[in-house]
Amino acid sequence: MQPFTYTRAGTIDDAIRTVATGGPGTRFLAGGTTLYDLMKLDIERPSRVVDLSGIEDMRGVDTAGPELVLGALARMSDVAAHPYIVSEYPALSESLWRAASQQLRNMATLGGNLLQRTRCAYFRGGAPFPCNKREPGSGCAAQGGIDRGHALLGGSDACIAVYPGDFAIALVAFDAKIDVLGPKGQRSLAVEELHREPHTAPDVDTTLEHGELIVRIRVPKTALGRASTYHKIRDRESYAFALASAAVALETDGAVVRAARIAIGGLATRPWRVRAAEQVLVGQPLTPEIAREAGDMALRGAKPGHDNGFRVELGARTVADALMIAKQRAGS
Amino acid sequence: MTLSPGSDVSTYGGNAAQRDLPANALEVTVSVRVNGKPHTLPIDPRTSLLDLLRERLSLTGAKKGCDHGQCGACTIHLDGRRVLSCLTPAAQVDGHEVTTIEGLAAADGALHPMQQAFIDHDALQCGYCTPGQIMSAIACVNEGHASTPDEIREYMSGNLCRCGAYVGIVAAIQEAAVRMLRS
Repeated sequence: MQPFTYTRAGTIDDAIRTVATGGPGTRFLAGGTTLYDLMKLDIERPSRVVDLSGIEDMRGVDTAGPELVLGALARMSDVAAHPYIVSEYPALSESLWRAASQQLRNMATLGGNLLQRTRCAYFRGGAPFPCNKREPGSGCAAQGGIDRGHALLGGSDACIAVYPGDFAIALVAFDAKIDVLGPKGQRSLAVEELHREPHTAPDVDTTLEHGELIVRIRVPKTALGRASTYHKIRDRESYAFALASAAVALETDGAVVRAARIAIGGLATRPWRVRAAEQVLVGQPLTPEIAREAGDMALRGAKPGHDNGFRVELGARTVADALMIAKQRAGS
Repeated sequence: MTLSPGSDVSTYGGNAAQRDLPANALEVTVSVRVNGKPHTLPIDPRTSLLDLLRERLSLTGAKKGCDHGQCGACTIHLDGRRVLSCLTPAAQVDGHEVTTIEGLAAADGALHPMQQAFIDHDALQCGYCTPGQIMSAIACVNEGHASTPDEIREYMSGNLCRCGAYVGIVAAIQEAAVRMLRS
């Protein structure tokens, strides 16, 4: 690991000032489960790390207002088990407890989780593998390499690395927003606008500027919350990244779907909201056949490589199964 | 960790020559209670909590399996919650309380009910993952995640056992959970 300067921030403002004035090599450190791991692999090489772990605010969950407000430094395990979130937004709770292990969820923060970097083995593996995300311009070893876990949607000639997170998929389905604080002040953006497709610059994961910090996540209160699920299909039943996942939410009127939300994970280079698949359901009674039609629509445009073609069918089935689980929760 | 007066931010470590810092700025001072005993020691900021425990405090119960948060062999309790010591920068535990497998037994040597249950159910073969399994298992019970075998399997999934002692591990946790909740 490259030597670095360790700085402990006492307040959010100090943390932002220190990172903003410290140049591109200065990074925020929260739970450490991604950044410190990648520093051990020499993939991340910050010259200075600003530790947020001593900051006491930004940890709360506020359920009282018109929006559900989650502090960016809240731990994944605490939010997953929050009684209001368990009952009113099962998809959010499931997207958290079906990620990682309880030890990691006790460490990792919500903000850090949103910014988790890809698990692409060529990105993490370092030399001798070329990787445009790690070393811009060097090439992409996954294309023509072992691409079983790589993206079918949102890739480019430069990169097909999957966005590995679960929580962001559920947030995108609920039209959640984040508040970001930076050297130029505060701004808000949709979680859907946070992650970039790689295009020609896969080294840039997000639309955040240097020195900007996610301070809170805001989820609109919606009738879609209760009849929701985060369905995650993995190589093993627990403690693994998604081969395919779906966050779905339904609003029904008797047997008929009035509104639907569908976002898929594990299949794309960024959280992938599929409005065309939602439209398939509106005004229809939710049958297994219609659910499957929505699943196929969700995977429309998928570009399989060598080893990942099975995940087109798997993804469509994952969406269809998730819709039937959500239907049960809608009580229709 | 000592914060410099009049500042909310204090800085340690890094490349002293480049940044024109005194040589001792390469170190962070950490004060931490481990198994009830206070320690204050200077560390390189790159040090993981796992290396601090094993290499500096000679507490070799927590094991370095993968060193990347994938196996659970390094599981310890930080302020009563289970975390992975390999992915915890030691600088972050300043002012906090750490419990390792060495801190479980009573002063008279009586084993924790979970330790005893692992023995009684042959919940190990080679024993390498066992300290992490036991620390995780105690937390699993304390969190209220040990009410059914399925729930135990889900909430113990972060601890791998390559010998495949899982059947005994689940049985041990079920039994210890009853004793722990009774006491």
